[in-house]
Amino acid sequence: MSEDKGMFPMDRRQALKVMAIAAASPTLAACAPEDGTVDIAAVPAPTSNPLAAGTAWDPDLVAPSIPWERTLTADELESLAVLCDVIIPADERSPSASAVGAPDFIDEWVSAPYPGNERDNVVVRGGLIWLDREAAERFGPGLRFRDLTAEQHRVICDDICYLPDASEGFEAAARFFDKVRDLTSTAFWTTTQGMQDLQYVGNVPLPRWDPPPPEVLRHIGIE
Amino acid sequence: MRRKAQEEYDVIIVGSGAAGGMCAYVLACSGVRVLLLEAGRDYDPVVETPMFQLPKDAPMRAAGTPEKPFGFYDATVDGGWRVPGEPYSSAEGTDFMWWRARMLGGRTNHWGRISLRMGPYDYKPYSRDGLGFDWPMSYDDMAPYYDKTEKLIGVYGSNEGLENTPDSSPGVLQPPPAPRAEELLTQKVCRDIDIPVIPAHLAIMTQRQDADRLAGELWPNHARARQVTADSMRSRAACFFATPCGRGCSIKANFQSPTVLLPPALAMGNLDILTDAMVREVTVDRTGRATGVHYIDKRTRLDEHVSARVVVVAASALESARILLNSKSNLFPDGLANGSGLVGKYVMDTVGAGVSGQVPMLENMPPHNADGASAMHLYMPWWLYQEQARGQLDFARGYHIEFGGGRKMPGFGAFGGIEPLTGGSYGQQFKEDCRRYYGSFLGFDGRGEMIPNEDSYCEVNPDEVDQWGIPTLRFHWKWSEHELNQARHMQQTFAGILEEMGGRVLSTVQADGADAIARPGQIIHEVGGVIMGDDPSRSVLNQFCQSWEVDNLFVTDGGCFVSNADKNPTLSIMAIAWRASDYIVEQLGAGSLG
Repeated sequence: MSEDKGMFPMDRRQALKVMAIAAASPTLAACAPEDGTVDIAAVPAPTSNPLAAGTAWDPDLVAPSIPWERTLTADELESLAVLCDVIIPADERSPSASAVGAPDFIDEWVSAPYPGNERDNVVVRGGLIWLDREAAERFGPGLRFRDLTAEQHRVICDDICYLPDASEGFEAAARFFDKVRDLTSTAFWTTTQGMQDLQYVGNVPLPRWDPPPPEVLRHIGIE
Repeated sequence: MRRKAQEEYDVIIVGSGAAGGMCAYVLACSGVRVLLLEAGRDYDPVVETPMFQLPKDAPMRAAGTPEKPFGFYDATVDGGWRVPGEPYSSAEGTDFMWWRARMLGGRTNHWGRISLRMGPYDYKPYSRDGLGFDWPMSYDDMAPYYDKTEKLIGVYGSNEGLENTPDSSPGVLQPPPAPRAEELLTQKVCRDIDIPVIPAHLAIMTQRQDADRLAGELWPNHARARQVTADSMRSRAACFFATPCGRGCSIKANFQSPTVLLPPALAMGNLDILTDAMVREVTVDRTGRATGVHYIDKRTRLDEHVSARVVVVAASALESARILLNSKSNLFPDGLANGSGLVGKYVMDTVGAGVSGQVPMLENMPPHNADGASAMHLYMPWWLYQEQARGQLDFARGYHIEFGGGRKMPGFGAFGGIEPLTGGSYGQQFKEDCRRYYGSFLGFDGRGEMIPNEDSYCEVNPDEVDQWGIPTLRFHWKWSEHELNQARHMQQTFAGILEEMGGRVLSTVQADGADAIARPGQIIHEVGGVIMGDDPSRSVLNQFCQSWEVDNLFVTDGGCFVSNADKNPTLSIMAIAWRASDYIVEQLGAGSLG
């Protein structure tokens, strides 16, 4: 998986700790362990599930693992890293896609044993070769996509970034770009850094559910 | 869980989900000795639920696969629209999808928890428009059982007094959670176009149950049942508004059979559960009375038999029909309890169609926690009863609207397919576009009533057996114009709502209902196939789920449904199963079931 080892917004252990603290507050008195009923902090947080068969139909959900080997080469991953960062570069708010493991996710995706993934494998690997050939044709023999400047990347990508506008002969490349953009987007925004960038602040246990804050209501014109 | 400790059983129950779990609870609490058989494995949500695991920790960011169609973290075990080694087939031109789960608690573990009561009209649809069938009982017969079921499982919602959208009795419902931003905006806009948007009813607890009061009301005359029920209620926490319900709930804040129905039933001491026990057929004696069931022990792959005075089949609508059709004998050559020839007939699913869109007003929303109770806080009940009665619509029955979106946790597919909004941006612009559009997408889904018809049914395929040697099902299906026109109406309505919101439709609004409607079985509300009625020649069961022909045989699951109102069926399945269980207790007491 990615380099991203953080557990944003919080992992289960932290979450239960928060609940335990919250339970001490008056609003959660009913949840407090003192009344001899629910001690939320005592809810087990297992690290593996012995009941699961470990098959694709019954995988261990509390300790997920990826049962297939990744298949892309180191060189392909290097090419993908460049393209991923053309799609999602670093800025002041968050790192680039490759910095949070997007190429590794794409490798995982195109190596998966399902028909759709097998089709994507062809699209992605073929597309990477197309990109290098396009780089050489446009900017000089021997050059690969990874060797180009940011401006040169833009020259190629502008031609393939939007399928409805792709000129004749560029449709397959546009589908490739679309696929890598979708996969890069999933890879990036599902990481801790991606969720922080979007300012997603959920998945934390709350003692109660409140209406949206006033600035949100103002934003949608509801007083 | 593999315990068959007692010498004799009063009742065998086949299936541990909404119907089987409820029967086990009510019967065990009533002092009946029960053996429950479950085709799937033991399952314990308290220790198995991936409460806070993140998409990035799962294969393919938890995307759906053929083995886990609702995504990696979905609670379903050994199930989905395919079950390993348990095929089914469809007649040519039919594309029925059959969802099953092979686990303790069945499909209650992953369901949407939407708990809408069928109303007075829904029990007498034939009397209103001459289509389909009336139920043998009325809403008034069922209302007390809806109250009991809601008290037991914990349902949030409100009483709005709307037409055919029943109120619960005072003190039954839990407070609904406050609406989210996108729900409030939708509600405001729908007010202008006369579509009611009201608190949804979901089997999720927003507060802890008042255990002593509720258990006392449920079991006024059974001290032990009162005790185990109250203890069970006290073991449940209220929702903490994080993590999706479809994964299950280790704190028992939502309803699942293995956290809510089975623990108190087991605590009674007279319920045994055998998991990995795949029932093949119900056996009968020479007089035609049910004697027990044959099942395959999945661990040994050996055929076994257990017996009891009463057999309750609650294996899910179509699996129950399959068991009856496979229970052939000299006395019942066409399958058990099938003298009417109606076992497997009149199978219904829910009409489904959806539209997704994007609403500019929801862009660049100030950050805030929008998770809520994981499912919807508001919904739209069917609102065009009068227009329908006046003949202004080209379909006969209603639908409700489920909707959602907003600033949820980004998962697999995040910002995929937004090129129509961005013109294919990439680079810094793409990053900024994602920030801008995050939380501004909304989806609307219609869930509508299908009218039973003679062309939608299942039968045993004599040429194919599953890996347990049991003949499989073959499906036939046909929508009528009512369903197709309704699906088209749904999409047009949702596009209209989005337009009112100043939003854009991102999916295709189909001109033809046949292109709009979800595949049969896709909504996973399949019911019918073992229908009840008040005429033995035109139904399989009476109103207490009792076979007309074999009086110690009951089918208490969705198979007994004679109509499939837009109200999601699980709550009604449980209420009907409770009522049937009370009847079984009464009949056992009177000695009339052997």
